[in-house]
Amino acid sequence: MSILVDRETKVICQGITGKAGLFHSQKCREYGTPLVGGVTPGKGGTEIDKFPVFNTVADAVQKTGANTTMIFVPPPFCADAIMEACDAGIKLIIAITEGVPVLDMVKVMTYLKGKSSRLIGPNCPGVITPGVAKIGIMPGYIHKAGPVGLMSRSGTLTYEAVWQLSSLGLGQSTCVGLGGDPIVGTSFIELLQMFQDDPATEAILMMGEIGGSAEIDAATFIKTHVTKPVAAFIAGRTAPPGKRMGHAGAIISGGKGTAQEKIDALEAAGVVVAQSPADMGTAVQRAIAKKAGK
Amino acid sequence: MKIHEYQGKQLFAKAGIPVPPGIVAKTPEEAAAAFTQLGGKIAVVKSQIHAGGRGKGTFKEQPQQRGVVLVRSAEEAKENAARMLGNTLVTIQSGPEGKKVSTIYVEGGLNIARELYLGIVVDREAGGPVLIMSTEGGVEIEEVAEHHPEKILKEKLDGLNGLHAFQARNLAFKLGFEGPTIRAAEKFLPQICKFFIDNDCSMAEINPLVVTKEGELFALDAKVTFDDNALFRHPNLKEYRDLSEEEPMEVRASETGLSYVKLEGNIGCLVNGAGLAMSTMDLIKLHGGQPANFLDVGGGANVDQVTEAFKIILADSNVKAVLVNIFGGIMQCDTIVTALLSAYEKVGFNVPLVVRLEGTNVDIARKMLAESGRDIITATDLTDAAKKVVATLGA
Repeated sequence: MSILVDRETKVICQGITGKAGLFHSQKCREYGTPLVGGVTPGKGGTEIDKFPVFNTVADAVQKTGANTTMIFVPPPFCADAIMEACDAGIKLIIAITEGVPVLDMVKVMTYLKGKSSRLIGPNCPGVITPGVAKIGIMPGYIHKAGPVGLMSRSGTLTYEAVWQLSSLGLGQSTCVGLGGDPIVGTSFIELLQMFQDDPATEAILMMGEIGGSAEIDAATFIKTHVTKPVAAFIAGRTAPPGKRMGHAGAIISGGKGTAQEKIDALEAAGVVVAQSPADMGTAVQRAIAKKAGK
Repeated sequence: MKIHEYQGKQLFAKAGIPVPPGIVAKTPEEAAAAFTQLGGKIAVVKSQIHAGGRGKGTFKEQPQQRGVVLVRSAEEAKENAARMLGNTLVTIQSGPEGKKVSTIYVEGGLNIARELYLGIVVDREAGGPVLIMSTEGGVEIEEVAEHHPEKILKEKLDGLNGLHAFQARNLAFKLGFEGPTIRAAEKFLPQICKFFIDNDCSMAEINPLVVTKEGELFALDAKVTFDDNALFRHPNLKEYRDLSEEEPMEVRASETGLSYVKLEGNIGCLVNGAGLAMSTMDLIKLHGGQPANFLDVGGGANVDQVTEAFKIILADSNVKAVLVNIFGGIMQCDTIVTALLSAYEKVGFNVPLVVRLEGTNVDIARKMLAESGRDIITATDLTDAAKKVVATLGA
């Protein structure tokens, strides 16, 4: 088992005729992901590299039975694409697009309220369940099936952690990139609950960064709801206040959202926090040993 | 994107939000004329820079001079403007290097009865914009939050519908407004929230918001930041950008599609991905070094971008060594090395370069580096890279 992505997953790509959309759709298919087609308004009825293209998500769902979408449309149209997917009954919406206006996300979150679609992202690398399906832009080959659930606000830092874990012989159940924007569809807490409930996940690695308080909320949740071993790393100890560090959400404002307050909160919740990004893999080993020792 | 106070007030006025009368001045003479034009009794002379704390800030060249001054004559307006213009204002928010003042805003006085705080931000946890108010105006809101959290009032906007009149009244009563001020708040507060949404702001702050003796509300300050990702739908805001307020190298980087932030240290870094770039800075610090910058070349960096990235890093005279940390995912390591070697040749390195590569096609890439004949130090993992780059400084 795993979370979010399993053997029932059937994926379409919104924006499949764009350069990035097509490239990553091909890579996902090579990995073995059941990618059944794509959507580009105005290009319905055509084919691109053997992927059928539809005008609307509703059409694509009807013809292919897709339940998951991967979105690559440009930022001005991303919010609309997410809402269209939700309206068409897509259960899992993964938005890769970077640069979506924050207020567009306010509109999207209001729209999604009370509906059964789950949104991951935007501005994220996607979701992978190793050996089953890769939906996103991560390099598939570094992953290995196994017991560690990963969740992160960043892309390449996640690859680094996966690499360390795989090198230590620790495979992954599911790896989820939440996204680097201030407002994203799914929080650390929701994923913690899913990993806690997933029988295939035995330990959790969480990678956070400066800005906001999502990691502190997660720490509070871990204390009371998570019995599995948890390790963490927080990026941005050396980041100056008031400066955006690449991600739109990575900014210390008004003295809040520093790495240190997040590290303190996580350690107080019994989480093993890696001091160096080189130790994310070994931190998971230590978290597992710590729980076993109890 | 940040804008100046006077620009914020121009936009407020257009949106029907009450601001005191004011005139922009570029010379001391213009400041004196503005004083006269504003009634000739009392005015405030305000330095325009993209940083808060101007009232308490002082000038490098004129240590006695404050950034915002109340004046009572045209002569006084002129003298103050002369000490501000062309000089460097250092405030609690400007950093020790300060910011050069090239514009003055002369503003008419008001009969102030009370000073309040008003701010709107996109609250991540609330998932939307939140209006924050406090009876403690004119002081740093962070201080109020720390010492008197009970004095901070918050009202979540109804998403993109903005703030409703009843929410404005709720706040007005809690703030102790009376009579005409309650009615003024019913109008003012929804209006400023509408302004925030209409212009895709990421932050709007009025500190202080004043209640006059006549019971009216006025924005006595205007600190507005726009969401860079939404500027494409506000072409009218482009003219408000003041490039002289921004770090020149950061501007240059953003034009090339790079994300760069200058820091105080001496080890330059070039990394792919924001999270890994931040972690690389942390790693350098952990091993006793000081990062000179944050630099994310992004997922699909090409030769031109990597070349430009190196040029930007090396243009900082503090940089004494450079660390390249690449995790090749979709971006293949050999592609990066090709760009790296070409950039190395074009830029002309005069400091040690440590390269750590991992991921797709790393073996080919390492071989290319080894065979290049360049004086490049290779590292096997993150810790090794950090130790090696810090060691080059000790030698």
